[in-house]
Amino acid sequence: MSTTDDDLRVPPALRGVGGWFDDRFHGARGMRVLMRKVFPDHWSFMLGEIALWSFVILLLTGTWLALFFVPSMNPTVYHGSYAKLDGLTMSEAYASTLRISFDIRGGLLIRQIHHWAADLFMVAIMAHMLRVFFTGAYRKPREVNWLIGIALFMLGMLEGLFGYSLPDDQLSGAGLRIFEGVLQGIPIVGTYTAFFLFGGPFPGTSIVPRMYIIHVLLFPGLILALVTAHLFIMFHQKHTQMPALGNTEKNVVGQPFWPYFLLKGQAWFFFIFGGLVVLATFAQINPIWLYGPYSPLNISSASQPDWYMGILEGSLRIMPAWEIDFLGHTLTLSVFIPFAVPLGIIFGGAALWPFFEQWATGDRTEHNVNDRPRNAPVRTGVGVAAVCFYGVLWAEGANDVLADKFQIPLYTITWIARIAVFVVPIGAYFVTKRICLGLQRKDTELLTHGVEIGIIRQLPSGEFIEEARPLEDDERAIVASKKLPPALPLPGQTDDNGVPAPGSRGVAGWARSVANRAFAETVVLPEGHADGHNGHGGITAHEPAPAGIGHGPTTTPEESAAEPPHEEE
Amino acid sequence: MSETEEPRRRVIGTPSSEPAALDRVVSERGQEIDAVAVLPSDPENLGHAKRIERIVALCFILAFFAGVGFIAAYVGIEVGPSAPAHTDLVDEAFRSNLALGLSLAVALLAIGTGSMLWVRHLTPNIEVVEHRHALRSDPEDRAKFEEFFTKGAQVSQVTKRPLLRRTMLLATAPLALAPLVLLRDLGPLPEDSLRVTAWRKGLRAVVFGTNRPLTPADISIPGSMITVIPEGYAGDDDALAKSGVILIKFAPGQLQVPTVYNGKTQLYGMNWTVDNIVAYSKICTHVGCPVALYEQTTHHILCPCHQSTFDAAHGAKVIFGPAARPLPQLPMGTDADGYLVALSDFTQPVGPSFWERG
Repeated sequence: MSTTDDDLRVPPALRGVGGWFDDRFHGARGMRVLMRKVFPDHWSFMLGEIALWSFVILLLTGTWLALFFVPSMNPTVYHGSYAKLDGLTMSEAYASTLRISFDIRGGLLIRQIHHWAADLFMVAIMAHMLRVFFTGAYRKPREVNWLIGIALFMLGMLEGLFGYSLPDDQLSGAGLRIFEGVLQGIPIVGTYTAFFLFGGPFPGTSIVPRMYIIHVLLFPGLILALVTAHLFIMFHQKHTQMPALGNTEKNVVGQPFWPYFLLKGQAWFFFIFGGLVVLATFAQINPIWLYGPYSPLNISSASQPDWYMGILEGSLRIMPAWEIDFLGHTLTLSVFIPFAVPLGIIFGGAALWPFFEQWATGDRTEHNVNDRPRNAPVRTGVGVAAVCFYGVLWAEGANDVLADKFQIPLYTITWIARIAVFVVPIGAYFVTKRICLGLQRKDTELLTHGVEIGIIRQLPSGEFIEEARPLEDDERAIVASKKLPPALPLPGQTDDNGVPAPGSRGVAGWARSVANRAFAETVVLPEGHADGHNGHGGITAHEPAPAGIGHGPTTTPEESAAEPPHEEE
Repeated sequence: MSETEEPRRRVIGTPSSEPAALDRVVSERGQEIDAVAVLPSDPENLGHAKRIERIVALCFILAFFAGVGFIAAYVGIEVGPSAPAHTDLVDEAFRSNLALGLSLAVALLAIGTGSMLWVRHLTPNIEVVEHRHALRSDPEDRAKFEEFFTKGAQVSQVTKRPLLRRTMLLATAPLALAPLVLLRDLGPLPEDSLRVTAWRKGLRAVVFGTNRPLTPADISIPGSMITVIPEGYAGDDDALAKSGVILIKFAPGQLQVPTVYNGKTQLYGMNWTVDNIVAYSKICTHVGCPVALYEQTTHHILCPCHQSTFDAAHGAKVIFGPAARPLPQLPMGTDADGYLVALSDFTQPVGPSFWERG
């Protein structure tokens, strides 16, 4: 069907409205640019969107809950629909949460949507961060957005902790008790911090109203501001894209905002919201009426925090007893180390990584096409090591549940975790790196000999060969997307006069050379197979020469010529 | 590889050997694409589009009825005091939750499904190429910015008059501190409140929950553990958070209070126990959970939070887990009426360690 000019006129009524606004805001040009903004398409790009839509749902449901919740620790005697707690003295916070759950239509549903959305929010942020890390999407020019993401994850942890502590039930009260105990363990300022936050000794009557205002105003405001900045920066810098035919460092290939992304975003929002409602309807979460009101002398076994606090819980459980006297003061390392070190490694390491990578590789160029994880073995190895480190501590946070379900002695699990938290990440790094290099070797095989098509042929000489077809152009664009970091001088390398290269002098220079050597390790194409069209008509006549493992810095000009063709920058 | 050489990039409408391939809209000059001119307004297969249109409409109609159902469920299923008499109010709340959740989920998922089918099947599958502009500004722009900025600074006199600059910074310093100062009254200073509990000489121990005082004869079975609180403090959570105590009864000869306790020589020894009943703080010395689990065959007290394990028969010394100190022991005796009483407060701070503990 051909389009005529008449088809492309906005209906008069709409035009009038648009004109009214354009007269006042000069919006036609800007809106047109916005409408044709290109969104690259890849399934993993939807992960961050899950976090965004979860946050929207959190704001909607949270506002509704705040209409009914009473953020007060004043005692009240409960006479509501939940007969088992009838006549009990409890805080108004707990009583109003019971009321939301049983006496207000839709209250239980909205409460459970809110709680599930919070858990999904954190899952989505973590998945999104892993995607960004493993594909190298944090690289220049996107370091600031990476740092904002880390800040959002940390804020989300605290926001979640304060949120699930508000109902003042037995389980969350135990969590607050631990939180207060950990604060007390901070050197020098610990007791003051705890007393100022709780308004005196634990539990006091101030903590719920204080957490409430932080939970509903301060942190959501900060998160909203950071999310806005995150989106504007992304909008301004344009999206990254996965390696594919036609995708270069200088373009963005995808579908325009209007109408494609709008419809897709709409579908995704409703799917996420619908999925959360399914969970809230059929999967009970945080049934506070079963826990009872908080009392400092009660506790239930197998108490678990929400999943994103599990790493702190596991860190506390894994730590052996260690307390030292420091100039007459008590330094309780068995609390302070679990509080500060694991999250310090995860968040601090994540924040420093882009800058460390730039320093180690000497690569300060802009990157808009993402890496395939196999093509950055050190980064992928470190990422998997971090996942393992986090995972061991996280699982240790449920050591009592694991002990119960798998009938393993509790102390045995803790001892396994104490060893595994060091051994598994280191092992995972080397295994992952080897797997990445193995996959690179497979890629060189594809580039040099093509894809085996399952036909075995006998040559007149009697030799059997397996037929292969060369890669299609779009396949080749992906497989050959590897880029080597710039080569830096080897550790201790000097020129003919024995003078070390600039930048490789001293301890820092040596460390940089060593790191660079690790980053530069790669599988290079064997000579003579540079273009893949190797004259065999897609048939491998001979056993391929084994693709060697080389190092970027030692790559000779001949070998460089044999590398996969790079996109021109 | 320059863009013009890429084989599959082509303008929509030109013949394609692969009908299923994604079409791309090209900007030859790398400026603006004229989307109006190149976007087809209809999908290629109109028959398929008609079928999809019906399915999408069906999804939206389903969503409409589910939405109406949500409102009906809200109006129709009362909860709490307004629910019909003789119904189980908890079941009623769950029924309401099921009806509301189910109808809302169907409505949302139907809209999502309809939108997804719409964009995947009814809009032509095209890709657009947009060119990135360098993020770094032109050297000329940078130079102009620098020039204007320094000129402004000069005009403002801030670079020429250090006295103004320094006094202005000085003026803001106390104001910057003021918000922190204002936080001071958030809470009292800790003082000695982490060192003292509600226990004092002669105060009776009563059972947590029933508030009944105890005689040694009430705890006659070895291996039993009971939580007690100081008399008159039931319901005072601030006091209970520090003063909760567990009493454990031992068979004769099992209980060995160590002579060296917490690094210092134990002064009172067995004088702190009554009739093989020993009293320890219930507040874990790790981060303050109640140590609630007792295994009578091994005399181990376990904190369910982080699994610090204490040996009740040996002064509650730590045998596993992150707690670094034994549970403090409360000196116990009996009063004139034969009830269990404290002989004093704890002789050391209970609960989690802190910097000033010493």
